[in-house]
Amino acid sequence: MDRPENNKAWLLVLPVVLIVAFSAIIPLMTVVNYSVQDIFGPGQRFFVGAEWFRETLTNERLHDALIRQVIFSLTILVIELPLGIAIALALPIRGWGVSVSLVILALPLLIPWNVVGTIWQIFARPDIGLAGRAINGLGIDYNYTADAFDAWVTVVVMDVWHWTPLVALLCYAGLRAIPDAFYQAAKIDGASAWAIFRYIQLPKMRGVLTIAVLLRFMDSFMIYTEPFVLTGGGPGNATTFLSQFLTTIAVGRFDVGPAAAFSIIYFLIILLFSWLFYTAITRIGEGGDR
Amino acid sequence: MARITLHRVAHSYRANPGEPSDFALHPMDQSWEDGGAYALLGPSGCGKTTLLNVISGLVTPTQGRIAFDGRDVTALPTRERNIAQVFQFPVVYDTMTVADNLAFPLRNRGIDAGTIRARVAEVAEMLDLTADLHRPAHRLDADAKQKISLGRGLVRSDVSAILLDEPLTVIDPHLKWLLRRKLKEIHERFRRTLIYVTHDQNEALTFAQQIVVMYEGEVLQVGTPRELFENPKHLFVGYFIGSPGMNFLPCRPEGDGVAVGDVRIGIGNGGVRRLPEGAQDLKLGIRPEFLELVDGPTPGAVPAAVRAVEDLGNFQIADVVLGTHALKVKLPEGFPVPGSRAHLRFPPDRIKLYLGNRLLA
Repeated sequence: MDRPENNKAWLLVLPVVLIVAFSAIIPLMTVVNYSVQDIFGPGQRFFVGAEWFRETLTNERLHDALIRQVIFSLTILVIELPLGIAIALALPIRGWGVSVSLVILALPLLIPWNVVGTIWQIFARPDIGLAGRAINGLGIDYNYTADAFDAWVTVVVMDVWHWTPLVALLCYAGLRAIPDAFYQAAKIDGASAWAIFRYIQLPKMRGVLTIAVLLRFMDSFMIYTEPFVLTGGGPGNATTFLSQFLTTIAVGRFDVGPAAAFSIIYFLIILLFSWLFYTAITRIGEGGDR
Repeated sequence: MARITLHRVAHSYRANPGEPSDFALHPMDQSWEDGGAYALLGPSGCGKTTLLNVISGLVTPTQGRIAFDGRDVTALPTRERNIAQVFQFPVVYDTMTVADNLAFPLRNRGIDAGTIRARVAEVAEMLDLTADLHRPAHRLDADAKQKISLGRGLVRSDVSAILLDEPLTVIDPHLKWLLRRKLKEIHERFRRTLIYVTHDQNEALTFAQQIVVMYEGEVLQVGTPRELFENPKHLFVGYFIGSPGMNFLPCRPEGDGVAVGDVRIGIGNGGVRRLPEGAQDLKLGIRPEFLELVDGPTPGAVPAAVRAVEDLGNFQIADVVLGTHALKVKLPEGFPVPGSRAHLRFPPDRIKLYLGNRLLA
């Protein structure tokens, strides 16, 4: 191959390199830098190697927060995915009902996250909140500020209310993309509603479901604002999830070193889980391929 | 298997059809004999697919009744009509293997596993899919996918009819030819009613015993390929069937013949075929194959000018002008095309006369 050598081409990628450097690489390397040093103040720093990593990984409270986090993320995935699919299947296909339902569905997604927390904070209060009063009125003792289980239920329900519409909208888009011919062929083939779901709708939604799982997993794994506003991580540490724990260390105690080590571990965990989900879902789709 | 009859069937996709133009399908009576091979031929958007969907029950007609062997099935859903239908674009169930795809229509009807295995093997053999049976269907190319769709249509042995909606459009030409022949073979062997939708006249002519020509939601003519060729009952049939289509010349009755412009053309000793007095909108139709081009004045021939000759290998097409009207004449290969002294002869028994759009009986 005769190709002219021309190093000016590097100039063309320079803007992108600069943007990526300033937006991702340099901040990330700063964090890596902090994570291996003990910093007392300006000019007073010592290299400590992997000590912060060791400390973080053996921190009992972090383990608890991680377990809570995993349970929380799995719980909302287990609820939001089937619910989102069910809502998408129940939505009207044509007529004025389409826009009405889509707008209603999109409403929770348009509310700022701290407002979502505030809404539920008030809505669920046992003394003045509509939901809180109603539940107690039914004779069920409910108080999310005092009871760990109640707090959990409230945080989960809030997340389901907030994010199921996203899953539903994604699935709806996936369903609408299925050509009519598939449904017609299924009718000709005498397929039941279940068979249509199992062999046409679900496989055709695979792409959007992959996106939904990844988005919902990553977002829920990093959840901060809503539980912070709603419960502040309490009662006790019952709803303290990873990012809130991180904030306590980094901002609350200004332990930059351990916080940086924690951030890196946090990032790697999210990366690992997302990769696992992605591989698992795409492999299922191949359907026993050889 | 069944004889399918449509009684005053019409369909509109609008909720409250009023005008005739609201209808995709105009009221029609039509019957499909048990075991026949039919082609539904017409241009895109003429209602072929709608008619097919009305038969299979995917569409419930706005008016009229459909009967299978005299039993009214108008209200029955597709599943209970026991119809097989293959669509223009391949539909395969992605997550299943080829074998499972073929077995799907049988499994849904609760047929026992042994019979399913035998039927699937038989159909796979017919369509040359045996080697791929255990591969996932989504891995196959478009041709093979369409063969799977076709296979799902053929796998049930008890269907009332097999409806094919331009099933070979997406298929590569060589395979298209093989599959068309295969379908014909299958039809001859099993004698199931086949209705084949196409806009390709060659496909219709080679495949079907009876061709149903549709245009703008109406059935214009039903007949054998020969009948459609020799005796088109509607201007559109003449124009659509044959390549090139029929020549049409506006004319008026004159004496015992007709006149095109100033030129008198004899229409045979059938004499004035009861030509309506002062008929408006009268047309003379003749196939390019039947026109004769001669050199020099000949009794019964009229002078004409040859504008261009197209050599298409095994035949030639001459563009001829008669007065102000253009005509096409199909000539054998190597036929010496006359120059300035060209004359056209209209064999009287080949001349068709049309009033409005319809053939004058």
